[in-house]
Amino acid sequence: MDFILKIWRQQDSQAKGKFETYQVTGISPDCSFLEMLDILNNRLIDRFEKPICYDHDCREGICGSCGLYINGRPHGPDSAITTCQLHMRRFRDGDTIIVEPWRAKPFPVIKDLVVDRSAFDEIIMAGGYISVHTGSAPEANTIAVPKVKAEISMDAAACIGCGACVAACKNASAMLFVASKISQLAVLPQGIVEAKERVRKMVARMDELGFGNCTNTGACEAECPKGISLTHIARLNREYFAAKLL
Amino acid sequence: MSIIFNSSIGKKLIMSLAGLFLIAFLPVHLGINLCLILYDTREVFNKAAHFMSNNLIIKVIEIFLFAGLILHIFYGIYLQIQNWMARPVRYKIENYSQTSFFSKFMIHTAAIIAVFLVIHLSNFYFKSKIFGEVPIVIYDGKAYHDLGILVIEKFKIPGFVWFYIGCFLFLAFHLLHGFHSAFQTLGLDHKVYTPVIKSLGWLYTLLVSVGFILIPIYIYFLV
Repeated sequence: MDFILKIWRQQDSQAKGKFETYQVTGISPDCSFLEMLDILNNRLIDRFEKPICYDHDCREGICGSCGLYINGRPHGPDSAITTCQLHMRRFRDGDTIIVEPWRAKPFPVIKDLVVDRSAFDEIIMAGGYISVHTGSAPEANTIAVPKVKAEISMDAAACIGCGACVAACKNASAMLFVASKISQLAVLPQGIVEAKERVRKMVARMDELGFGNCTNTGACEAECPKGISLTHIARLNREYFAAKLL
Repeated sequence: MSIIFNSSIGKKLIMSLAGLFLIAFLPVHLGINLCLILYDTREVFNKAAHFMSNNLIIKVIEIFLFAGLILHIFYGIYLQIQNWMARPVRYKIENYSQTSFFSKFMIHTAAIIAVFLVIHLSNFYFKSKIFGEVPIVIYDGKAYHDLGILVIEKFKIPGFVWFYIGCFLFLAFHLLHGFHSAFQTLGLDHKVYTPVIKSLGWLYTLLVSVGFILIPIYIYFLV
């Protein structure tokens, strides 16, 4: 398969970036999107040109490292996958594919398609944890967790922090990310203890970092590779009101 | 408590509460307006309008209504500016994710509704309350503002009728997202009740917008 790629190139965080056009030919339909970029990079290196920088790690959709904004959608045209799980057979031969980095003030571009997502780490550092000595593994069922609550927590914990929610949101809001990190702990007995302090601090940090405000548009939910639901944002709101008002 | 409104979620809380208050007001306004076309004379409408202008409880609620409107507008603009600032570099291709369509245009529909409100209030509310440019009519020996004739005169102008129809369509677009969004912001999300709230939102929007649109059309053709 042959493609025309228009890719955002930016020397560093201070430089003014621009789109560069590349022709890639002879790509297998079974190639993943990142493998296709690897092939292009090898060809660029052979021509003594600078390869395109992009984030990646596990290449099996569980680490949250990769994240490209492809033809107007985070992680490309398919739903519930990460960029590394996207295959070239999803495109038509001869397609023009436009590849951009995540765009949000708290996610500055470091180089080309690589953005600094440490703003998410800062939100987690503000309170997205349980600060108790866990000691050695406790006896099973010492703390009873209802099945329903465990399921909610596990659904929220599926978040891999890739930032697609921020990238997709027209307001660059991080509410779905924060909501999943709140939900995964707030419904469990171990998490309830620090729930109020946690939500207060995490929301305050989110605001300080300059993310936009949630307008319940639902783009985050539609683009989340792990299918995290807006329900968690409603829970975040409830948790926040309870922490502030009760 | 005090600093809740400094946060993004707190500001959204104000938006949703003020929005729901305005949503509660619209059917009252519609009900009174419908008196103008449901009865043969303007008497019921004028008396209802008189009651709304002079009843002490309504006067207090009116203060809250304007406060709610101002808060809704102020925080709507404030949050929107923050949202624009959160993405200083735009995408080459704007996101076309599957989302609630009307939610993307809340600030645009709001701007049109705001222009409508200025024109609407200056044509009717301010004329009656501040300028006193409304004819007087006597019912049972008591003087009333003949707001009904004012409305009928306006809705005999085709441009005015079109303007009102257009604005109510934009109000409908605004409500279609605003109604259920307010509940989501309040954290009221439920597997069973959220679909009911969404359906109620559609029903409410349909009834309110069709109701308001019918009035100028009816008056233009049949009064």
